Amino acid sequence: MYIYSPMKVLKYSPFYLLLLSFNFTTKPVPKVNYEQLESICRKNNDTLYIVNYWATWCKPCVGEMPCFFDAAKKFKAQKVKVVFVSLNALKESALVEKFITNKKIEQDVFLLNAGNPNVWIDKVDPVWGGSIPATVMYKQKEKLFFKEGEFTQAELDSIINLKLK
Amino acid sequence: MKIKKTINLIAAAAIITLASFTEGGYKVGDKAADFKLKNTIDNKMVSMADYKDAKGIIVVFTCNHCPFAVKYESRIMNLDKKFKAKGFPVIAISPNDPTIVSDDSPENMAKLAKDKKYSFPYLFDETQETAKTYGATKTPHVYILLKEKSDYIVKYIGAIDDNADDEKVVKEKYVENAIENILAGKPVTPETTKAIGCGIKWKKV
Repeated sequence: MYIYSPMKVLKYSPFYLLLLSFNFTTKPVPKVNYEQLESICRKNNDTLYIVNYWATWCKPCVGEMPCFFDAAKKFKAQKVKVVFVSLNALKESALVEKFITNKKIEQDVFLLNAGNPNVWIDKVDPVWGGSIPATVMYKQKEKLFFKEGEFTQAELDSIINLKLK
Repeated sequence: MKIKKTINLIAAAAIITLASFTEGGYKVGDKAADFKLKNTIDNKMVSMADYKDAKGIIVVFTCNHCPFAVKYESRIMNLDKKFKAKGFPVIAISPNDPTIVSDDSPENMAKLAKDKKYSFPYLFDETQETAKTYGATKTPHVYILLKEKSDYIVKYIGAIDDNADDEKVVKEKYVENAIENILAGKPVTPETTKAIGCGIKWKKV
């Protein structure tokens, strides 16, 4: 009986190409519209939802991400949930997924598919000029906080402390 | 006590930040100040007053590095091609601090403008005073100014159009529509719009 060597199988199997193109540890990033995003993070419960708008290409966004990872750990015992909303182009979903895998992001990440920014930016907050990063906090369906610009760890921690009360 | 003080400080900082967003910069209808900034392409100083025959100016705060500015670069070039002849030339200004993003140094600005053969000046707002005076917060950020005697009146502030990612599916060309309306003597609607962009890289104080 002829036994295929594993290398041969890998070399000739068309599945090998599939294996190459798929990284099984990569989670697909869900695409949400603005209403779906609100239903995810603007809930009638006492969890503090921290929603951070970012993009893989945005250096200050990527720079402040560890503050959110750290805060999520620090406030693990409290009802705090960090949600990352990517503003990458929809066709860049693979890039976002790769980023999530590489940075080992444990929090929920969504790719926003909300259409005209001139419409949805004001829904997030009328104060928002449109630059990222930007961060919103919700609790009991209420918007408690909005910031356009990056956080320092101390600033983020103290805002969370303040809003948890 | 210490925590309370910190919280107070943060609250004060938040109020100041909020104030700078709501009060700073021009609104539609305001008179815009002229500037005198160095054109990175030829090292000559450029002011709006140099454009004696212009009906107005399309001032675009933009930069080299920002992916949104990159996505809009050809559209900015097309705005100048289309509207210079109609009396509305483009003046592009980068206010970014090159010590934060070296791609936005005047040398790199000049290189990009020459490589792409910009038909408009690409000015370096080294002191960032022009961006601050105008209230620009991100790149790209457009101000359409209409010349009335020796004044420049702000007629539109905001985005170039409604889709950064794909020009082919743009539904609303905000800047083009605004200029067409100005040229036709019609009111500009909308006169302000929002888009996602890269925050201006302000000097660290």
